[in-house]
Amino acid sequence: MEAFTTHTGRIAPLRRGNVDTDQIIPAHWLKKVTRDGFEDGLFEAWRREPDFVLNQPQHQGASVLVAGPDFGTGSSREHAVWALQNYGFRAVISSRFADIFRGNSLKNGLLTVVLEQSRVEALWDLADGDPQAQVTVDLVRQRVLAPGLEADFELDGNSRHRLLEGLDDIGITLGNEQAIEEYEARRSTFKPRTQLV
Amino acid sequence: MGRTLAEKVWGDHVVRRAEGEPDLLFIDLHLLHEVTSPQAFDGLRKAGRRVRRTDLTLATEDHNTPTLDIDKPIADPVSRVQLETLRKNCADFGVRLHSLGDDDQGVVHVVGPQLGLTQPGTTVVCGDSHTSTHGAFGALAFGIGTSQVEHVLATQTLPLAPFRTMAVTVNGELPADVTAKDLILSIIAKIGTGGGQGYVIEYRGEAIEKLSMEARMTICNMSIEAGARAGMIAPDATTYAYLEGREHAPRGADWDAAVAYWDTLRTDEDAAFDHEVVIQADTLAPFVTWGTNPGQGAPLSARIPNPAEFADESARLAAEKALEYMGLTAGQPLREVAVDTVFVGSCTNGRIEDLRSAAELLAGRHVAEGLRMLVVPGSVRVALQAVAEGLDTVFTEAGAEWRHAGCSMCLGMNPDQLSPGERAASTSNRNFEGRQGKGGRTHLVSPQVAAATAVLGRLASPADLPPARSTSPSSRTTAGV
Repeated sequence: MEAFTTHTGRIAPLRRGNVDTDQIIPAHWLKKVTRDGFEDGLFEAWRREPDFVLNQPQHQGASVLVAGPDFGTGSSREHAVWALQNYGFRAVISSRFADIFRGNSLKNGLLTVVLEQSRVEALWDLADGDPQAQVTVDLVRQRVLAPGLEADFELDGNSRHRLLEGLDDIGITLGNEQAIEEYEARRSTFKPRTQLV
Repeated sequence: MGRTLAEKVWGDHVVRRAEGEPDLLFIDLHLLHEVTSPQAFDGLRKAGRRVRRTDLTLATEDHNTPTLDIDKPIADPVSRVQLETLRKNCADFGVRLHSLGDDDQGVVHVVGPQLGLTQPGTTVVCGDSHTSTHGAFGALAFGIGTSQVEHVLATQTLPLAPFRTMAVTVNGELPADVTAKDLILSIIAKIGTGGGQGYVIEYRGEAIEKLSMEARMTICNMSIEAGARAGMIAPDATTYAYLEGREHAPRGADWDAAVAYWDTLRTDEDAAFDHEVVIQADTLAPFVTWGTNPGQGAPLSARIPNPAEFADESARLAAEKALEYMGLTAGQPLREVAVDTVFVGSCTNGRIEDLRSAAELLAGRHVAEGLRMLVVPGSVRVALQAVAEGLDTVFTEAGAEWRHAGCSMCLGMNPDQLSPGERAASTSNRNFEGRQGKGGRTHLVSPQVAAATAVLGRLASPADLPPARSTSPSSRTTAGV
């Protein structure tokens, strides 16, 4: 995973709540067997609407998506995270994320930041008033900085450490091989098996 | 201090616990399908890793598979490549796969339970959010992303952040015309699509205890639609009766040992939940969605709500956008909403009891002129059982299309899709914009409401149906089976 320490970029204000992963990347894109090439599928249906935020020239090149509550609900598709990254987003800010989407984002180095809805609205207003305004998402100091706004955010220490270092989860877990073997040795014999090995 | 069911199952799977780190949990059953696994297998290959426990892993083809002409090559080349990729991955890594054409193929969340692989007190994961279905057995079951799929393939474990616990207690008895689907849609409307965020929900109370295993699966299936990490129901005699004798259920002394353990999987009386919701079952009625998220629902007897009357501004805006997308007008009675297509199927309502209840209403009746009805069994086993009971004939004589098993129109990854503006009553789980096809409009309903809607051509409940004409022997109903 690519490490995330701090990122500064412009804001794309997505004034919608309940943005489900079917909106972020529709199902027909999920037939691909790679992790890249999803940028054209990002918000595919909404991008046909001329006034959609990603179609507005003043927001081209924005790299911090600021969205309404309950972002990433629905399907577990990690393709939603890949699509946001493929398009060029490095961070998403919302007052509430769906659990699976959040987990997926942090495992791919897309920083999802929870801020109160009032802060989200302040960032929307900022981007509308000055599309060139820069926001900094600083994971080292766990702070979001923008003209007229300074807000701390929470992230569990472990996720933060892994993001800052760009660590490979699987490698870390395999370091605990012995604990896994010990657990396997004491598992009940009645537990189901899909095949005999 | 006692522990909840979820906390007990979690506690029994901790491989490693360390200060400041997430618990490392052992995974008892890992289910795979073609959509969320290819990049995970790729990752294994690149790192030179193997599948640690092929004996705890099972794959099936479901999302992309066609429901017609399954003996012919898959027409869509991209779908075909994805299915072929799964076949190659399973062959290369030694994973058991049930392919299209196999008697055990079907929707992953129908296949696991019917094989007896989903058992109380297990941890079950799959790269699919509706893995919550398996919680109906008292399993801790949840959807994961592709990175986690790779992690489980390589290690059979997952590092997991702690969850909070929520009890949804449903007291009293459900009215005769209210199904598990109506109940879960009512629960989601009450707590909201984000209300369960961070929680594992335990459904309990008299009305839950009286549900069949299949109905319990319908409830737990849609926990994710309330934003919950998982949904669970404590195992009981109903659970054991469902499991006993199934292919992968324990036998002999193992069965006795398993039941002794399963009997401990109940929330202790002195356990505390972080949040509790209480619902009176007798206040519920057939329930349908009118909007574009599963929380935007109302009793079928209601009218389309007026967004202006929503106190919360974001809810008002969401309702306005939803009505615009859905082509509906505030104040319109839900029963007057005309429907083009009816879909019966999915991991929510594609099991034999669902098909029986729809068939019972369609026997001696016919789907409305010009309306398309698709019946897609959740698995080949469900289809074979339905055929043995003559349900396929009931459906086809009523003018419905009887299809091959798969996810089908629930998410429209195969050719079964809605056209722009087309309106469906669907027994599936998501009414998101475009979910069932670009521009398609979805109302989530129970199988009974789906069948009644198919007959009348507008959203309807069984009580709205005129009497059926008497049926011929070939189209007998299976009521009482």
